[in-house]
Amino acid sequence: MHRAVPPVISVTPSRALVDETFRVAVQNLPPGSPVTLHSLHRSEDEDLWEAFGHYVSDSRGTVSVADDFSFGGTYTGKEAMGLLWSMSPVPGSREGLRLRKKNVCIPQLVNISVYGGHVEEGFGERLPLASTLTERWHLGPGVRRIEISERGVRGTLFIPPGPGPFPGMLDMWGGGGGLLEYRSALLASHGYASLALEYFTAGELKSADKEFSYFETAFNIVREHPQVIPDRVGLFGLSLGSLMASYLAAESSVIEPRCCVCVSGGHLYPRGVFCYFCRHKLRVDEHNREIWRSINLPIPEDLSQKLDVGKINCPMLLVNGIDDQNWPTVECAEDMAHMMRAAGKEHLLTRIEYPDAGHLIEPPYSPHSRATKFIKDGVTVILLWGGQTKPHADAQEDSWRNILAFLQKHLYCTQNPKAKM
Amino acid sequence: FGLWSTKMFQEKKRCCVKLSVHPSRGLMDEKFTVLVQNVLPGFQLTVYAFYKCEGGYSWEAFAHYTASATGAVNVSEDPSRGGTYSGVEPMGLMWSLRPVPGSKSGLRMRKMNVQTPMEVTISVYQGHLTEGFVDQVPLAAVVVERWYMAPGVRRIPITEGGLTATLFLPSGPGPFPGLLDLWGGGGKLVEYRAALLASHGIAAMALDYLTPQITKETGKMVDYEYFEAAYRVLEQHPQILGSRIAMLGLSFGTSVTLRMAVYSQVIKLRCAVCISGSHVQPIDGSHLFVFSLLSFFSNADKTRFNEEQHVIWRDLLMPIPTDASLKVDVGRLRCPLLLVVGEDDQNWPSYESAMDEMMQRAGNEHLLTVLSYPNAGHLIEPPFTPSARASAFKTISNTPQTVMVLWGGEPVAHSVAQEDSWRKTLVFLRVNLYGGSQPGAKMKNLL
Repeated sequence: MHRAVPPVISVTPSRALVDETFRVAVQNLPPGSPVTLHSLHRSEDEDLWEAFGHYVSDSRGTVSVADDFSFGGTYTGKEAMGLLWSMSPVPGSREGLRLRKKNVCIPQLVNISVYGGHVEEGFGERLPLASTLTERWHLGPGVRRIEISERGVRGTLFIPPGPGPFPGMLDMWGGGGGLLEYRSALLASHGYASLALEYFTAGELKSADKEFSYFETAFNIVREHPQVIPDRVGLFGLSLGSLMASYLAAESSVIEPRCCVCVSGGHLYPRGVFCYFCRHKLRVDEHNREIWRSINLPIPEDLSQKLDVGKINCPMLLVNGIDDQNWPTVECAEDMAHMMRAAGKEHLLTRIEYPDAGHLIEPPYSPHSRATKFIKDGVTVILLWGGQTKPHADAQEDSWRNILAFLQKHLYCTQNPKAKM
Repeated sequence: FGLWSTKMFQEKKRCCVKLSVHPSRGLMDEKFTVLVQNVLPGFQLTVYAFYKCEGGYSWEAFAHYTASATGAVNVSEDPSRGGTYSGVEPMGLMWSLRPVPGSKSGLRMRKMNVQTPMEVTISVYQGHLTEGFVDQVPLAAVVVERWYMAPGVRRIPITEGGLTATLFLPSGPGPFPGLLDLWGGGGKLVEYRAALLASHGIAAMALDYLTPQITKETGKMVDYEYFEAAYRVLEQHPQILGSRIAMLGLSFGTSVTLRMAVYSQVIKLRCAVCISGSHVQPIDGSHLFVFSLLSFFSNADKTRFNEEQHVIWRDLLMPIPTDASLKVDVGRLRCPLLLVVGEDDQNWPSYESAMDEMMQRAGNEHLLTVLSYPNAGHLIEPPFTPSARASAFKTISNTPQTVMVLWGGEPVAHSVAQEDSWRKTLVFLRVNLYGGSQPGAKMKNLL
């Protein structure tokens, strides 16, 4: 029985960090054949995520995702990484999913396949012409992972390989709580000793009213580590974590961050419990997804309701999405700039704002979720984060590059903004 | 106070240096880029590679660089001014690895467990150092993983039919072309080349034919049936294309490959690759050829030694005989053949054998491609691992002995041969195994 020789699909590099690009290519196809490139990932929660693009092979029978156009699918155009950032849960999946890596010691496995024809659905029922596996890592080789449970502080510290000493980072996530290591693992893979901080239990937003000293102690744990350069420790926060970072930068008399990266954050700090839940201002959209952005609008004039950002003395990078539906981050950034200008600190501030990007601006090539499940004090709701997939993916890629350059400049004492990524 | 401020100064300097290797996790035959940044222009530094092999021995390589006007060193583009390699050598840190001073002699680097990566530490030191790396603190260090198996490649031990083998299947549904992978006279089941071939889309089976379980149990060497059984495993495998099977042999493995390609009634090869071997062997119609080959190749009279008392075995088959009963009749080959030979091969007369014009006389030379490398030695392996001009070799016989064998080859030329021949071997296999329905003609244009 004569069987046809299948095409050969390759992903180069086959093992990479999550923020590295790859080249997906197919060879040995008949010339001019319509094919579908497909990606499939089974998450740690056992959900399936997929993306696909429609291509036509050239006269040599090859398809190169980095060089050719996708004419349909979950992304279109020339998109080298489209098979990753345009992923979404497969039809029939549970609602409101968000892809987040929990165990960073093993890679994300993504199956990349090629199917004959321009397929729209039912990939699970078909046999691909060829497929290959690629590994996406948050943790670079040689990065050390150290569980921290001292002085009341809980988190995970990631130290880059080598003798050091290294610049340090305190890394804080947002209102979802729990302990998420993946961004710190990635930062360590780029040369920063980074502590992923757990500051409240997942789903218990009310318990986030931690003592200020908790964060100062966490910062000092990084600063005092023998492999960390004490005067080169920065702050990195997203959402609520971003607010914490700004608060520490403005108000702490104990710690002196070298610089601060604030993604999708703000400076509105109501006293006591983080009471976002002023019912009358809580909106929902047509799918009953909660929109929190207007809860704290308009930005109050009253100085007691916001951080005195004029007291900040370190460089700040604010990264926000203009379509953020969860927090009025752009309005906050505008007000922060105004306050810092008044205090003569404008030169410390860099603002980057991305049109059609949402709240969850994460490391690049991770899928965009416009709305996901969120546990609000024991109750599961769906929060609208905002953003449209392609512009949000662009924002993630561009902002990460900017963030690494910002950290390189302020923590690695280099003045080369054109450093290769 | 002085000591403290010196430490702070050194720490400040250290903190600036950025060292990166990309990709940080690569296949063994992939190149990487080593980049040092944020040093002062004109800064003198040493890039150092360190690897502790499975046998527990330490290997090192190093090179001296001077930073550019932008305060950077790019190992792929900048010349090394000295060390274990010089000039522009993107992968010099890998192929020029050598045992650290004081090591046991005669070492050869071979990874036997292909399921874990080779972990190499790449560091950068201040100044142009040639020794004492262990006693200095580097400015920076990173770890690089080098893999023989790509993600998704499946490793399947094969014991059916009395075989001692390992099959590596590429990832995906297949079906894939197949390949029988044979090493040389040292025996053992050596998997790394087959694993790498599977990472390139070929279902490759590494076969132990000198020291398989069955020989250990019965004391008898294998014969045609053993190789034919291995071939059948490939041919009948649901994920392998039975009409697209190749054979690749190095050294003694070449003898087997050529014998099977011409005389086996069962094995039908799509193409064959023969590295550092010869077609010279007694042809007597017997299937017990492995045993007779081992005897034929043990002619002590023609063994020579160099000044260091390393064994030179190349003369055993010289001069290339004219007697047809002493050579595989390669004029009868019906499939494309790629011969890879090193002109400084001190172990086999592979170059002279390649020049024997049997195929020209028979009229099938259009099937033959010869890659001949000046100053390359016998052990032409996949690229970017060190080669040894001589190493300890344990002979296969009733009274095995360990001798220091001279393989030949000058390090730079040999690493060039490995890199070039591997690339061309992959092209040859791709064209003949994945290509059109007719077996390919001469490869010259494609290579």
